Amino acid sequence: MGRGIGQFYPGMSPLHALDPRAKILASVGLVAALFLVGSFHGFLLVAVVVLSLLIVSRVPAAAFLRFLKPVSFIVALTFLFQALFSREGNILFEWGWLSVYEGGVSNGAFLAARILLLVLSAALLTATTPPVALTDGIEDLLSPLKKLRFPSHEVAMMMTIALRFIPTLDEEAQKIMRAQAARGAEFSEGGLIKRVKAIIPILVPLTVGAFCRADELADAMESRGYRGGEGRTRYRELKFRLRDGVALLFVVLVAVGGAVL
Amino acid sequence: MADHPSILCENLTYSYPGAESPALSEVSFEARSGEYIGVVGPNGGGKSTLVRTLNGLLKPESGEVRVFGLDPATEPFEVRKRVGMLFQNPDNGLVSPFVEDDVAFGLENLGVEREEMRGRVHAAMLSVGLEGFERRETHTLSGGEKQRVALAGLLAVEPDLLVLDEPTSMLDAAGRREVLERLDHFRGKKTILHATHHLEELFEADRILVLKDGELAADIPPERLFSDGDLMRENRLVPPTLLRLAEALGVPPRRTADELAAEILKRVRARSSG
Repeated sequence: MGRGIGQFYPGMSPLHALDPRAKILASVGLVAALFLVGSFHGFLLVAVVVLSLLIVSRVPAAAFLRFLKPVSFIVALTFLFQALFSREGNILFEWGWLSVYEGGVSNGAFLAARILLLVLSAALLTATTPPVALTDGIEDLLSPLKKLRFPSHEVAMMMTIALRFIPTLDEEAQKIMRAQAARGAEFSEGGLIKRVKAIIPILVPLTVGAFCRADELADAMESRGYRGGEGRTRYRELKFRLRDGVALLFVVLVAVGGAVL
Repeated sequence: MADHPSILCENLTYSYPGAESPALSEVSFEARSGEYIGVVGPNGGGKSTLVRTLNGLLKPESGEVRVFGLDPATEPFEVRKRVGMLFQNPDNGLVSPFVEDDVAFGLENLGVEREEMRGRVHAAMLSVGLEGFERRETHTLSGGEKQRVALAGLLAVEPDLLVLDEPTSMLDAAGRREVLERLDHFRGKKTILHATHHLEELFEADRILVLKDGELAADIPPERLFSDGDLMRENRLVPPTLLRLAEALGVPPRRTADELAAEILKRVRARSSG
């Protein structure tokens, strides 16, 4: 947790300056576009836009690669399955019982690229938006649902608290691990089952500790006058400016263009 | 409002569900505006329970609690506007990932307008010496700094009563000093109720309440408590180091290390010249 909370990279790029609500909606637009596009040209348009935005964000490429790392296995698996088991188009090559078809490879590449771009679209949002602004934006966007009794404030508050406590619990987990290691526990050796078994003695005290913390936090919040979203004001101001509208319109046009092409 | 004492407890009794004996039993005392009152006693004596009844976190089983004339059990929100509470572990009291958002949390709850909020957050940060920390992530701060953020959060609300529940018990020596120095600024300006295990933190208190097994064993000025060896022992209280040192050396008690050193030096010089 050396770098801090979430995946935010502070910066001064035009994307950092946008209103979080515009960015959330734009990300949803890009994700929708990636699902809707069927043609190669449409896909290419969305891909070029996403990749251009990565450059505009001025977030280091290494950071985006870190976002992709957890999905690399799924991407590889998707490609392999498509390439090996799809039987569309001409045969590219045969090797014993194995035959790879042209359609399989192109389908696999298309699906893999789609997953990568989906992750990058989400990464664009989290890398350029401070977590607090993100939760404020989500609360604001969900607020119309209050009429349907959707607890939008509570959802945002839960996210804020989660963000606040991730580093604290991480630190506590490290402490417990060190304490267990000092008494001879091994966490990095042995097979999968052995490792999972070694984690249980960490999870139990961590969970108990988290409940105690929750109790104390609730007391502190109440004593500071917290009573839900009713009558509450907000310290941070969200301003939806012209540039936010333009950025959102641009993404909508790209999404529509991608779907139509 | 001005006529009401800051705190009025009469025969206050509270039992935790399932407990055999009450955590607080028939506790009565009064705190007037601007008074600084210490609360001491062994663990389980009732300090935290007392503190929690003052802003409605716990509702008394019997007896009465009034804070500025208001009943915290029925009007907790009104009471919390005027009572700032500092807990033991600042790690579990900070709500927001960033310092300034956390300081603003209480003001947001009270529905304060944004412009006013900015000014009050800034003033509170200044008053605890944390200017420049606004955008810092709370988890990167030291224990003393975290507790000062929590204190800033209380001060932003501009409470008339500060209730401190062992606010230095989880801090290192430097962190303790930081927090105590900041709290010292409010002595006489706000009513303060300070529960602690460290008696030396209460040298300047107007009175000290001694709670043992939920009962109020004493309500006396600090010098009388410190000089009453039996009362101290009965309640498992350890006299401040300076007092023990002064007693061992046979010199009159002093409140600061500098004063004690000067007294010792004076005697040594008198003896060597004599």
